[in-house]
Amino acid sequence: MTRRARLWLLLAGGAGLAVLFAAACLKLPAFGGDRHPYGDRAVRASLARHTANTVSSVNFDQRAFDTLGEMTILFAAVLGCVVLLRQTRDEHRAAPEPAEVALPVRRYALIVLPVALVSGLYVVAHGQLSPGGGFQGGVVAATALHLLYLGADYRALERVRPVGRYEVGDALAASAYLVTGLAGLIGSAAFLANTILPYGTFNTLSSGGTVPLLNAAIGMEVACAVVVLLARFLDQAVEIEGEGGS
Amino acid sequence: MADAVIVVALLLVAASATVAVVTRDPVRQALVLAVLGVVLAVLFTVLQAPDVGLSQLAVGSALTPLLLMLTVRKVRRRGQEKGRGR
Repeated sequence: MTRRARLWLLLAGGAGLAVLFAAACLKLPAFGGDRHPYGDRAVRASLARHTANTVSSVNFDQRAFDTLGEMTILFAAVLGCVVLLRQTRDEHRAAPEPAEVALPVRRYALIVLPVALVSGLYVVAHGQLSPGGGFQGGVVAATALHLLYLGADYRALERVRPVGRYEVGDALAASAYLVTGLAGLIGSAAFLANTILPYGTFNTLSSGGTVPLLNAAIGMEVACAVVVLLARFLDQAVEIEGEGGS
Repeated sequence: MADAVIVVALLLVAASATVAVVTRDPVRQALVLAVLGVVLAVLFTVLQAPDVGLSQLAVGSALTPLLLMLTVRKVRRRGQEKGRGR
């Protein structure tokens, strides 16, 4: 195909997309209206099951199966990265030299690290009560660990972060989600049904039936997945070298 | 009042997203992306979606720039090694 023909094809496709997109947008409800049929139903369902954070109720109760899919996508994506970024036969590991860290950076990193870590765990633990949840808190907690790389050096990070254990944790958390879902099959008749546990007192940590359990499983899965992912990237960036300088 | 805040947040998003596209150096682009992540998180919070805002803050302004910086470092190191090998 010539350059000109390709350009025309691109323009035709782009124009078609623009027309369809505009037509779809014209049919959307007006911005910021006061009628929210789906929102009202979701809030009613979440209140019926004593879950204070409706978004968590949608994620881990009403649409728990979708979350299972999302978790599997993250799991598979990290697995793919681990395979792609592995050490190949013509590469070797060179221990990175200890780096000088400016004192303010070191101080800042070491002060912020525990605060960030606790915030992450807090966000995971309160997923069913306040905005946030397993995914958000997991990412915060996992990235917080890496402040140690900024504040100290790579060796210190490697000491607090045995990657093998995080890989196991990732798999365990993913299976915990599945097992909780299967328990729904025993307690009632549906996979991931939130009917096996008492719903508890509204707005307390243990409220919401299986929501806190699934939330915690996602928190652990995401935290471990992010740690493993960053570990592979760090390995490539800092440690692994090609053979004979290539 | 709320509309004004939304308009300001939208304009900030548009501005930082444009800067992210115009910037060519990947390291600077990573930093601009971090700023874009923060601005997007503000927009989501203004639009009453704090859950999405938190995700955006954690992933868009911390994780993605970090992965980009690490990738740039690896590529540069490889370039240096090649330069020395010749």
